Amino acid sequence: MSLDDLKKIPYGKTSIELKNISLAFGGVKALTDVSFDIKKGEVFAIIGPNGAGKSSMLNVINGFYKPTSGLINFAGTDRNAMEPEFAAKSGIARTFQNIALFKGMSTLDNLMTGRLLKQKQNFLMQALYFGPVEKEEAEHREKVERVIDFLDLQSIRRTPVGSLPYGLQKRVELGRALAMEPEILLLDEPMAGMNVEEKQDMSRFVLTVNNELKTTIVLIEHDMGVVMDISDRIVVLDYGKKIGSGLPEEIRDNKAVIDAYLGVSDE
Amino acid sequence: MSVELLNFIETVLNGLMSGVMYSLVALGFVLIFKASGVFNFAQGVFALFAALTLVGYQTGQVPFAHVINELFGTNYHNWYASMPNFLAIILTMITMIALAWIIERLVLKHLVNQDPIILFMATIGLAFALEGVGDLMWGSDVKVLDVGIPSGGSVWLEEATIGLAAEGSDYYGMYIDVLNVWATVIAVILVITLALFSQYTKTGRALRAVADDHQAALSVGISLRTIWILVWAISGFIAMVAGIMWGTESGVQFSLSLIALKALPVLILGGFTSIPGAIIGGLLIGVGEKLAEIYIGGYFETGALENWFAYVMALVFLLFRPQGLFGDKIIERV
Repeated sequence: MSLDDLKKIPYGKTSIELKNISLAFGGVKALTDVSFDIKKGEVFAIIGPNGAGKSSMLNVINGFYKPTSGLINFAGTDRNAMEPEFAAKSGIARTFQNIALFKGMSTLDNLMTGRLLKQKQNFLMQALYFGPVEKEEAEHREKVERVIDFLDLQSIRRTPVGSLPYGLQKRVELGRALAMEPEILLLDEPMAGMNVEEKQDMSRFVLTVNNELKTTIVLIEHDMGVVMDISDRIVVLDYGKKIGSGLPEEIRDNKAVIDAYLGVSDE
Repeated sequence: MSVELLNFIETVLNGLMSGVMYSLVALGFVLIFKASGVFNFAQGVFALFAALTLVGYQTGQVPFAHVINELFGTNYHNWYASMPNFLAIILTMITMIALAWIIERLVLKHLVNQDPIILFMATIGLAFALEGVGDLMWGSDVKVLDVGIPSGGSVWLEEATIGLAAEGSDYYGMYIDVLNVWATVIAVILVITLALFSQYTKTGRALRAVADDHQAALSVGISLRTIWILVWAISGFIAMVAGIMWGTESGVQFSLSLIALKALPVLILGGFTSIPGAIIGGLLIGVGEKLAEIYIGGYFETGALENWFAYVMALVFLLFRPQGLFGDKIIERV
């Protein structure tokens, strides 16, 4: 298992800062005044009960949702909102809670779509398909093969992903995001619905990517064991509000967090 | 061989070749439907508009000549007498690409995330608007289109088949229009090129990605707008090919846009989301129509079976397989 050829990210500085983000759909408040920052190279977890606004937060970060108010500081500029295309170009890759793969395409083609932004040959050259185009395809293919090796996807390279079992689909989706060589990787419940063994595999993949490539990981996950094990810092949302943040051990002892998860007694 | 068998083969061949044209128009519908979820009612008008524009360029017609003359009392009609075919075709292609871009800018962009029915209504409006623009730009008279594709019955085939019939029978050989053969060849080349393009190039991959899942496509940085313009331009190009073929056969006239509606039964047969479905559906309708005309047409006194038979086929098909031959299966989750 080696990721030597993929790009490595420098560690430590603030990568993206969310300032007082609020998001409302009509009268429904999905997020209220949420602020936190994500540092380069860390594993950052967003947790909270169902409907807390975790996925909404991720959608704000990669530009699917435009916040009603608040600012996003990214790449040195305060922005009102991100654009999905800009986010992808700036190195933000993501996976989805309900797997969003190109179901009719093979594993290989799905991963190759992750390389689209990095392919420089223009439309006309592509249409003619000769010389430089072929060479470029081969280069990108090589990077994708790295990811395939890393995630152990060799045997399903040519299989249309729609016919793969759930756990493998999740893995292909991670592969597509990795093929983008992202600086920030947003993972929306990457281990939902997996058995213990699959969860261990997935944790190992995420940690290896984080260790070897220094990729910043932003993770939404319900399995507290996994979250406490692999996260550097955690933010907790409940009903769209931030109710706690800090290191895993701080979160474990945080009264507000425990109340949100277990309910408050009337005593 | 018996004369009956030879006649049957001839009918099937002719059916297949008119079916190719249906497939081609249906393909335009499917491409747009897959990539943007829009059922483009204006596809037929695209074919008409492309054919009108092509004739206009060929004969050097001044666009909007009628309007200009009316407003300014001038008397413009033609810039030049003629233009080489291939140049005119390239100019028409550029016009269709520009049209795709304008449609994206003026219509689609403002309707992103609206219900499919609203987008469908928009394309109905687009169809009428474009028909009007075509009329104003190039005039409403029936035009002759000739891009140098040979037409007329194939003498070679006729002579080759005369000898096939049994000795002493009254058989004059098969009749097949050379134009249809050319149309088929061109359509086949077009489909193969499209398939290779979407399978093996980066842009093709992006196109398939958008057709599969919009959100996922956005997340890897594909620009939906670029892809939409591209898809509409490709559909415009396909419409142009269909417009040239039909225009050559029966003149460029406004009823051309109605023939294109034959693509509807084709789509019901083939499924709205399947490219092979569009092709096979078109061929089935083409053959079915011709066979019905020959073998049961006699029982209907009004004749013109060809005009409605396709729709009946589609209706019967709907009863048994509403998603079409190759369409996505309709699954209701409860």
